[in-house]
Amino acid sequence: MRGIPKSRAEDTAQSSAALFAALGDQKRLWLVARLCHDGPASITRLAAGARITRQAVTKHLRVMEHAGLVRSSRRGRERVWQLEQHKLDEARRYLNQISLQWDEALERLRALVEA
Amino acid sequence: MKTDRIEKQILLRAPRARVWRALTDSTEFGTWFGVTFDGAFRPGAQMNGVIVGTKVDPEVAQLQKPHYGKRFEISIEQMEQERLFSFRWHPHAVDAKVDYSGEPATLIVFKLEETAEGILLTVTESGFDQIPLARRAQAFKANEQGWEVMIKVVEEYVARNP
Repeated sequence: MRGIPKSRAEDTAQSSAALFAALGDQKRLWLVARLCHDGPASITRLAAGARITRQAVTKHLRVMEHAGLVRSSRRGRERVWQLEQHKLDEARRYLNQISLQWDEALERLRALVEA
Repeated sequence: MKTDRIEKQILLRAPRARVWRALTDSTEFGTWFGVTFDGAFRPGAQMNGVIVGTKVDPEVAQLQKPHYGKRFEISIEQMEQERLFSFRWHPHAVDAKVDYSGEPATLIVFKLEETAEGILLTVTESGFDQIPLARRAQAFKANEQGWEVMIKVVEEYVARNP
């Protein structure tokens, strides 16, 4: 229902705002896409394809780590970064929910005019 | 990339005049949308409404319940007989403690097209790029860097990792 959120949407809106802010940058979106496509990767590997410095990659990863989107772990001598799936699931559910609001309102309009 | 607007289409198997009335008669609009207004829609009118819950779908009405009695304001823009109806509102303006009047509003446009099967109704909502990011996260899927891209990325990721 457009403009009138479900209460659950309100509950998750605040954490989603942080999530979407963390993703509101093309380099960060690129990093998400890269981690999504290739799986866990080191900063060196990420920076190689990103055409930005390792320092910049690190900075972006820290922002996303803060939002709970990515986490790192030690693998041998290097640190690898990977996506947090449950956080992305949460984003997807929330986005699906809000995208349905117009659809739902229009279905109610249909029910009324086709009755 | 289009991040400023949402577009939806629906085919309604009903006469054009019926669809027009459901959209532009403020009582009818309120019936499906779940709101009562203080008067009739006319171009330029500032409408003050109250959320009451839709009469069309009891399940949705139940979900709207936490918002019953809240103010719901729209500002009518254009009314072109049986062709186009538009208004502005503040997306997700449901917090009674917040004054939304200073914030940018989005523009909602309903367009009616006659087809062989019925009326093709196109709804667009635009102006999202002007809305503060935090509010957008509450209200819709769009941002200046392209949430559309993010949605695809997320969906692809989840599809690969069920």
